[in-house]
Amino acid sequence: MASNGIKDRVAIVGMGCTTFGEHWNRGADDLLVDAVEQCFAATPALPKEEVDAYWLGTMNSGQSGTVLSKPLGIDYKPVTRVENMCATGSEAFRNACYAVAAGAYDRVMAVGVEKLKDTGYSGLVRSNVAGDGTAPEETLTAPAAFSLLDPAYCRKYGVDPRAMRDAMTHVAWKNHVNGAKNERAQFRKEVPKEKIDAGAGRVAGRLGVMDCSGVSDGAACALIVRAEDAYRYTDRPIFVKALSVIAGPASGPIDPGYDYTTFHEAVASAKDAYAQAGITDPRREISLAEVHDCFTPTELVLMEDMGFSERGQAWRDELEGAFDLGGRLPVNPDGGLKSFGHPVGASGLRMLFECWLQFRGEAGERQLDDPRLGLTHNLGGRPGTCVSFISIVGARQG
Amino acid sequence: MAHALLSYAAYVPRHRLGRAQLAAALGSGGGKGSRAVASYDEDSTTMGVEAARAALTDGIKPPAIHFATTAPAYFDKTNATAIHAALDLGHEGFAVDLAGSVRGAVGALRGAAASGGLAVLSDLRTGRPGSADERDGGDAAAAFHFGEGEPIVAVLAETSTTAEFLDRWRTPGDFASGQWEERFGAEAYAPLIDDAVTRALAAAGVEQPDHVIVSSPHARAVAAATKRYAGRVPEEAPAIGYAGTADPGLRLAAVLDRVRPGETILLVVAADGCDATVLEARPAIERARAPKPVSQLVAGGRDLLYATYLTWRGLLDREPPRRPEPGRPAGPPSLRSESWKFAFVGSRCEACGQVHVPPRRVCVNCRAVDRMERAALSRQPGTVATFTVDRLAFSPSPPVIDAVVDFDGGGRYTLEVADASPDEVEIGTPVELAFRRLYTTGGVHNYFWKATVA
Repeated sequence: MASNGIKDRVAIVGMGCTTFGEHWNRGADDLLVDAVEQCFAATPALPKEEVDAYWLGTMNSGQSGTVLSKPLGIDYKPVTRVENMCATGSEAFRNACYAVAAGAYDRVMAVGVEKLKDTGYSGLVRSNVAGDGTAPEETLTAPAAFSLLDPAYCRKYGVDPRAMRDAMTHVAWKNHVNGAKNERAQFRKEVPKEKIDAGAGRVAGRLGVMDCSGVSDGAACALIVRAEDAYRYTDRPIFVKALSVIAGPASGPIDPGYDYTTFHEAVASAKDAYAQAGITDPRREISLAEVHDCFTPTELVLMEDMGFSERGQAWRDELEGAFDLGGRLPVNPDGGLKSFGHPVGASGLRMLFECWLQFRGEAGERQLDDPRLGLTHNLGGRPGTCVSFISIVGARQG
Repeated sequence: MAHALLSYAAYVPRHRLGRAQLAAALGSGGGKGSRAVASYDEDSTTMGVEAARAALTDGIKPPAIHFATTAPAYFDKTNATAIHAALDLGHEGFAVDLAGSVRGAVGALRGAAASGGLAVLSDLRTGRPGSADERDGGDAAAAFHFGEGEPIVAVLAETSTTAEFLDRWRTPGDFASGQWEERFGAEAYAPLIDDAVTRALAAAGVEQPDHVIVSSPHARAVAAATKRYAGRVPEEAPAIGYAGTADPGLRLAAVLDRVRPGETILLVVAADGCDATVLEARPAIERARAPKPVSQLVAGGRDLLYATYLTWRGLLDREPPRRPEPGRPAGPPSLRSESWKFAFVGSRCEACGQVHVPPRRVCVNCRAVDRMERAALSRQPGTVATFTVDRLAFSPSPPVIDAVVDFDGGGRYTLEVADASPDEVEIGTPVELAFRRLYTTGGVHNYFWKATVA
């Protein structure tokens, strides 16, 4: 299988991101206008009239390109709406990048949006395809599906459930510590570990509310141009090194060979992305990672799937602070889905937004020292049946 | 009886409502003992499926199903078809409901005996809070398989009487029955029972039967007839409450569990008349006892709170979980996947042996296309690979326990665990399948399988 990639052929020259949260006073239209106008305001060299085409990602906040063209008042241009579950925003970005790399367009925008808080429910609400009523997803909630990882992981690696719980608590604690430093995050308060522990088990399995990502509204966007044109629009562009999206046979829930301690799709997308970017030692070469911490055990498993931890060791690395802001590989420095919030279609672009800020030295209190390569990882679906997206971006070409 | 009774089995749901709880909650009534209660995910159809599965050994395909209940899950749609589908009988054969009154039990038995096939007697008994029906009723099912072969009992005589009198009634839509003054019914029933029983015993040439079962919704009529026609061997009736159409079946099953060849059984069903049957056990009974005796089904129930019982029966309108209701199952996909949804039939790859539930056309292991054979797993035991307790999921009885179940011999599926508390499930827990109703939305019952701790 060829996966040639488009390393260093396109660059991001402008980004926008709303605050994520319960925006009772803003609809999807407002969020789109806010993110897009913020981006254009910060990128005066590339006005809206010069954008050739748009990609919009939203899982459930509307259908077709008009979801974007209407609120923005786009003048008869190509707008494509894409969806790939929780990896939707990343998918919009990926397709926009390919269009520029292919030479079809010179300047495009990828936008992601989700309005979750108008449903009246605290969690995600699925729009089910008409079926025979036998799919476990009909009743099994997302936190329950991801909580299946916890006992399976403990059993496979002989991890004391108490230590595993501590590691899950550390993920939540760390991502809140990071989010507290982020003015756009939904939850901007550090939460003591005792409080996280106290709520454990109230949602599903051993997961409590503090093990779950924030359900929120938000939008984010990116302006993408040919790499050779990048410096015409900004003095500090970031370059796309790798883009990978992988869908598997979704066989985990029906194949006893799957052990609920890994996402095969994430492993495959990491391998693909590292090959495209020429990365051989991700632990050393990656400066920061924004990963899909939809629930705390997810982040632990992803550390192993990305190659940041040895198998069966992520819980220990997490507890030792390896992925803290000051650790050997900061993971979710912006707070992650956990504390920044998870407006589904916007999340993938939000992850890139943190890389954008970090590479430009605009991450404020969260600023890392001379980051080189950033990885974003988006997961759409559930253990055993999901799509996985990875991008790798860098501050420099080559 | 044109066909021989070949096998039988009963089903008693796991939950028990202690009658003392009724007095505690309502300030009066109550009593001793407990009644059996169908779980929120059970109905007359699902309990009927469980009894029928137990009565049939794998591979037997009865040509007809006669299903009797006073609590049909649907009107204007045959309920026996779901039982037919759950038994994986294909599209051949007959399936009919005798739904409405208790006497349908006898109709199902006589119908199945005449045509060959399965009589399935299944019932949920409810009443207004504080009523005798609530207190003295019980939920259960029994199934009897008739066909060609050596009978386990022979029918020596069958008689009937019929009368139109107002003892019990319920108009469609009501959830509780009306009853006339009790003494009136007792007087009305007495001669009907006497006539049927006297003629039946005379025709059978039996003076005193070894076993006597008198089953009727009218408790006082039962008491009088039981006194009058005592059997030689005292009945060890399952103490789960009066189970409507299932009552004569459950009690006959309990007698068949212990009857000796040559012994006689008088079965009296008094409902809007009386049907008396005299049976004689044959040597084949020794080889055809039910896999689980009724005494075992009755023992080991789980105590249920009265408030939970009321909630399950829709008599207490509790705050629902703050989650959207799942969508109703759609007709066309449910038909396309009939053998999967109702009979838990998957596919096995002919190239590599990988088992797929639900069936897939492309093998997840070797990617062979359209090289699948049927893999029927409804009787296959399994073990829990991993599990969770979902406190967020929509359910009439949270929390939902979910387990990833690996089946012996291949196949995996994520299933709700029924009739269990969270501390009963862990990795490695052995489970088996049970036919249940996942939820009801838009008036449509979503029948599918759950796991129960084996």
